[in-house]
Amino acid sequence: MSLVNSLSIDGKEVQFTPGETVLSAASRAGIEIPHLCAMDWACKPEAACRMCLVELEGMPRLQTSCTLEAKDGQKVRTRSPRVQAVRRNIVELLIANHPGDCLTCARNQNCELAQVASELGVRERRYRGLKKNHALDLSSPALVRDPNKCILCGRCVAVCHQVQGVGAIDFIDRGIKTRVGPGFHDGINVSNCIFCGQCTRVCPTAALMEKSQVDAVVAALADPNAIVVAQIAPAVPATLMENAQASSVRSMLLRLATALKRVGFGAVFDTGFAADLTIMEEVSELIRRVQTGGPLPMFTSCSPGWIQYVEKYRPDLIPHLSTCKSPQQMAAALIKDVYPKHRDLGGKRLVCVSLMPCTAKKVEASELGDVDFVLTTREIDELLVRYGIDLNKVTELGTLDAPFSSASGAGRLFGGTGGVMEAAIRTAHKMLTGSELAGGFKVEEARGLEGIKCFSLDVGGTTLNFGIVNGLGRLKPILDPLSKGASNLHFIEVMTCPGGCIGGGGQPYDSDPEDIRVRLERLYDADRRSTLKVSHDNAEVQEIYAEMLGKPLGEISHHLLHRSYVDRRAEET
Amino acid sequence: MQASNLIAACCNRCTHRPGNPCRDLVRCLAEGPICHSDDACAKTRQERMANARRGGQGTLIFVGAGTCGRANGSTKVIARIGAFLQEHKISAEIVEVGCVGYCQRELFVDVQKPGEPRLAYADINLGNIDQLLEAVFVREEMRNGFLYGRHGDGGAAWADIPEINTTDFFKKQVKVVLRNAGIVDPRILDAALAAGAFAAAAKAVCTMTPEEVCNEVLAAGLRGRGGAGFPTGQKWNIARQTPRAQKYLICNADEGDPGAFMDRAVLESDPFFVIEGMLIAAYAIGASKGYIYCRAEYPLAVERLTSAIEQCRRVGLLGTNILGSLFSFDITIKQGAGAFVCGEETAILASIEGGRGMPRPRPPYPAVSGLFGKPTVLNNVETLANVPVIINRGAEYFQNLGLGKAAGTKVFALSGAIRNTGLVEVPVGIKLRTIIYDIGGGALPGHKFKAVQIGGPSGGCIPEQHLDTVTDYADLIQLGAMMGSGGMVVMDERTCMVDVARYFMEFIRNESCGKCTPCREGTTRMLEILTSITERPVGDEERRLERFRGVLHLQELASTVKEASLCGLGQSAGNPVLSTLRFFRDEYERHVIDQRCPSGECQGLAVYEVDNATCLGCLLCKKACPSGAIVGERKQAHYILVDKCVGCGSCVTACPKHSIHLVSEERACV
Repeated sequence: MSLVNSLSIDGKEVQFTPGETVLSAASRAGIEIPHLCAMDWACKPEAACRMCLVELEGMPRLQTSCTLEAKDGQKVRTRSPRVQAVRRNIVELLIANHPGDCLTCARNQNCELAQVASELGVRERRYRGLKKNHALDLSSPALVRDPNKCILCGRCVAVCHQVQGVGAIDFIDRGIKTRVGPGFHDGINVSNCIFCGQCTRVCPTAALMEKSQVDAVVAALADPNAIVVAQIAPAVPATLMENAQASSVRSMLLRLATALKRVGFGAVFDTGFAADLTIMEEVSELIRRVQTGGPLPMFTSCSPGWIQYVEKYRPDLIPHLSTCKSPQQMAAALIKDVYPKHRDLGGKRLVCVSLMPCTAKKVEASELGDVDFVLTTREIDELLVRYGIDLNKVTELGTLDAPFSSASGAGRLFGGTGGVMEAAIRTAHKMLTGSELAGGFKVEEARGLEGIKCFSLDVGGTTLNFGIVNGLGRLKPILDPLSKGASNLHFIEVMTCPGGCIGGGGQPYDSDPEDIRVRLERLYDADRRSTLKVSHDNAEVQEIYAEMLGKPLGEISHHLLHRSYVDRRAEET
Repeated sequence: MQASNLIAACCNRCTHRPGNPCRDLVRCLAEGPICHSDDACAKTRQERMANARRGGQGTLIFVGAGTCGRANGSTKVIARIGAFLQEHKISAEIVEVGCVGYCQRELFVDVQKPGEPRLAYADINLGNIDQLLEAVFVREEMRNGFLYGRHGDGGAAWADIPEINTTDFFKKQVKVVLRNAGIVDPRILDAALAAGAFAAAAKAVCTMTPEEVCNEVLAAGLRGRGGAGFPTGQKWNIARQTPRAQKYLICNADEGDPGAFMDRAVLESDPFFVIEGMLIAAYAIGASKGYIYCRAEYPLAVERLTSAIEQCRRVGLLGTNILGSLFSFDITIKQGAGAFVCGEETAILASIEGGRGMPRPRPPYPAVSGLFGKPTVLNNVETLANVPVIINRGAEYFQNLGLGKAAGTKVFALSGAIRNTGLVEVPVGIKLRTIIYDIGGGALPGHKFKAVQIGGPSGGCIPEQHLDTVTDYADLIQLGAMMGSGGMVVMDERTCMVDVARYFMEFIRNESCGKCTPCREGTTRMLEILTSITERPVGDEERRLERFRGVLHLQELASTVKEASLCGLGQSAGNPVLSTLRFFRDEYERHVIDQRCPSGECQGLAVYEVDNATCLGCLLCKKACPSGAIVGERKQAHYILVDKCVGCGSCVTACPKHSIHLVSEERACV
């Protein structure tokens, strides 16, 4: 007698939830079915790779388990000789048309194709024939495309279209000539790509990668005439904790500082400091807009993918973008401007490296300057490995360097969706009412991973309407009323990637929604542990206003901390 | 565009108006008027009908002017006929009709003089049209050398001339789908109406429930004629029972198999029949919108369909409230951009939606969630063209058309090395031998039948010993072939079966959409292996080894591609290899082991030799050889090193004394 909602997989009774696929039910039961294209968290299955074929009793044809809906009483075999033979043959076919330069590949030991081949015991290249031969696309500062390593699983296309709603890349040509790329065989730099890098996170091979700057940073570190300094974004320690077993975001941050200094960085700063500064400027701008009549709503400008999106797709929204630079750029501007006054550089050149969860930051840095190199979370790992450093074993808590060493809990929240909003509300309340936000500063409405969050708050007699967009793919319900002039929102936070920076395109390959949820919890925890909850009370921030900037939106701020935008649609025509 | 004379009101008591269509419209044409009683009106209607049925008044000259006719020069012939009539001041009307199906004897020109039967003249071209016209119109010799047969009964005076359907090519055929092809003017609604078009649609829409229509088609045993053979009524019932406000019907006219031209002939020769079938199908499933997905390479079909749809709209046979039934339906033509895979049903959906023509996994099946996510039925042209017959004459009639347990008829496109090429419509379940020998006339004179390739590129090759197989879905699949859309390419001993497999594999490789791994990569590797077999491994030892290794992999690859691919194209992509391996393994072995092609078709395996007696030693062949395979000194006889020869034949062309020739198969074996 079998249970309700249960099927038999390889002889084991497995429970499923109605509507679930066999692939998913099997995975939960600890039976892994190899697959190279399905991503159930992101999009509906395309059944393209054909690796997840299983035998279903009563059906003559093999079935793809990624599309096969689990039904009561099904009998599925995932490792029958027939299935294994077909799977193995498919991998052999993929390998036959793959460069196979595994020893020198950036995904060495981290490649899903190699892993599947190994699991299936493929130990020989049986099929030999012509391999595809496409040029590398090195055109953009952020992403590298190597179509020769592409196995055409379609994950990048699905993420770009269905998750991000961008559609910069798609399949081109057909049959064996098929490849993935931007339109008109152009480089990705002149496409409508926003460089969010989500495609690089889901690519099973090294066909889509961030453009690595590890070598450049290593060279700078080796240069006796350079002082290399780092800034670390809040999402980075929240992510690195996954492998390094740290107890809190702060301790991870300080351990990372230790590691970086051991490698040769001259100073390590906290991008969270710049987040606090951003809040001072951005909230002041919001208040000014609310009080002087717009343009409203105002959008956040921290997420460079979102900026690219506006510039390329919706330049009509440029007046709605906050003119504040992102924290990365504010920090770098100050590092380049202020830091030499704090420390005698001895005539050496100052090299500014930022450690970010994001590929689009590389583009932002190349366009706005100040930042010399951007390393993504994945590249940080690579850099430390070069120096033989295992973060697991770096337990000593280092120090961050003045004058950009501190961040409020609000600044830490910047790393996740809703975080900028929550930080802004805390400071807006103080600026508008003179008193701090009641209830322990927590803005419950801004928290969580829903795609769209809209809420209103009464701040000192003024009702302000807020919107939070978690991932570009969810923009539509916010932008549609705006285009029709029917939006009553005042302030909208947009983060390009699902989950915010913690789900960024430069984050570890195997990040899934559960990882992102945990990282967000870690940021909330960092805020909870922080005694300093609000940006406006950050002593270093106050100091820099007192000594140099004067007041938010002042003359010097305008030059150092604000920026302008370009209508890139017009640029192309 | 000609306005419909038939549908025009007979007098002002006639209630039918295009804006207010009448339930009895179609019946009224033949039996009318129904809404009022008037002998004069009845007479008017009968005269109009008789005129439409005949195709016009006075002397009529019908010219087969489908795409095949045009390829045989029909446009110039028609112009010449027009000029001839003018020169001789003869009053006659030229009617362009579709294709009668007998390609081997194109062009067909029919002449119908008042009071005489319609006579068909065959093998007409621009060179002999004047002879025919002079015989028929100047010398009044209706019985001349071009005469092929007569259409219909001509009475005792014409009994000596065979009725066209009693001639060898036609007598074993059963014309259902093609019954009007080449006979009725496909350009004019009146001609179609006179031939009985839209009677079935009127019956279905006005007197039957959608459920009854579905069940009638189900009972008739009609199966999809596009190849897969899914029961049509069952598909309709699924869509009918899926409750959605918007549903779609798609006519799949993306005929892409090499050697298949059945649907083209139907669309060009009888577009109204297809539209009627769509109307009935749409009514049965509750679709208000239909698409005809027609390949852009069929411009004449698109032209005829466009005109037919417009004419139907004008008289209220398409549009809102068709025949006063409150049922509304309209059709849009969508032209495919030339991708073979767009004949696959889910790829058609993607293409119509404006996306890339790539199949998607099923379920959900289109009948549940298809075009734009709405229930959608896709039927092939021929399937839809069968529907009016089922509704008109009943399920039992249709069921009995087939032989054995099979139902209905199937159109096959017979081509290749056979005496009578053309379109043949035969009962489903007929033996292959009957089609090839009785209708097709067997192999060409002096040659021997070797195999028939059936089912298009994804089908299989069936050898002589299996010709008693019946043409039914299951039977053909057992032989590794498939019914497919109906292409039948006959091959004789001059055809190399390895080369055939290679040719079809190249086609599939080029047409694979590239989405799923086995089809995209597997067909490429199979093609590489097949190509290597048809060439001599000139050069390094490794290539020689790879050639052997490849052969060992061929069967495994074909099976994997068949088993693991996403759509029908991939799932049958292994068939050309598997079926030729099954029946012609010896030919593969000759290629691989002996490096010889028994049919001599694989140039890369050809063996040449120099006739020492006549060779001048001029060195020209040696210079022309691209692979350095010729040795010999000036003024001495030359030799060809077979191991180095790539079989290109450059030396043959270069030799001034014609001393180099192909070594015959028999001698090369020794």
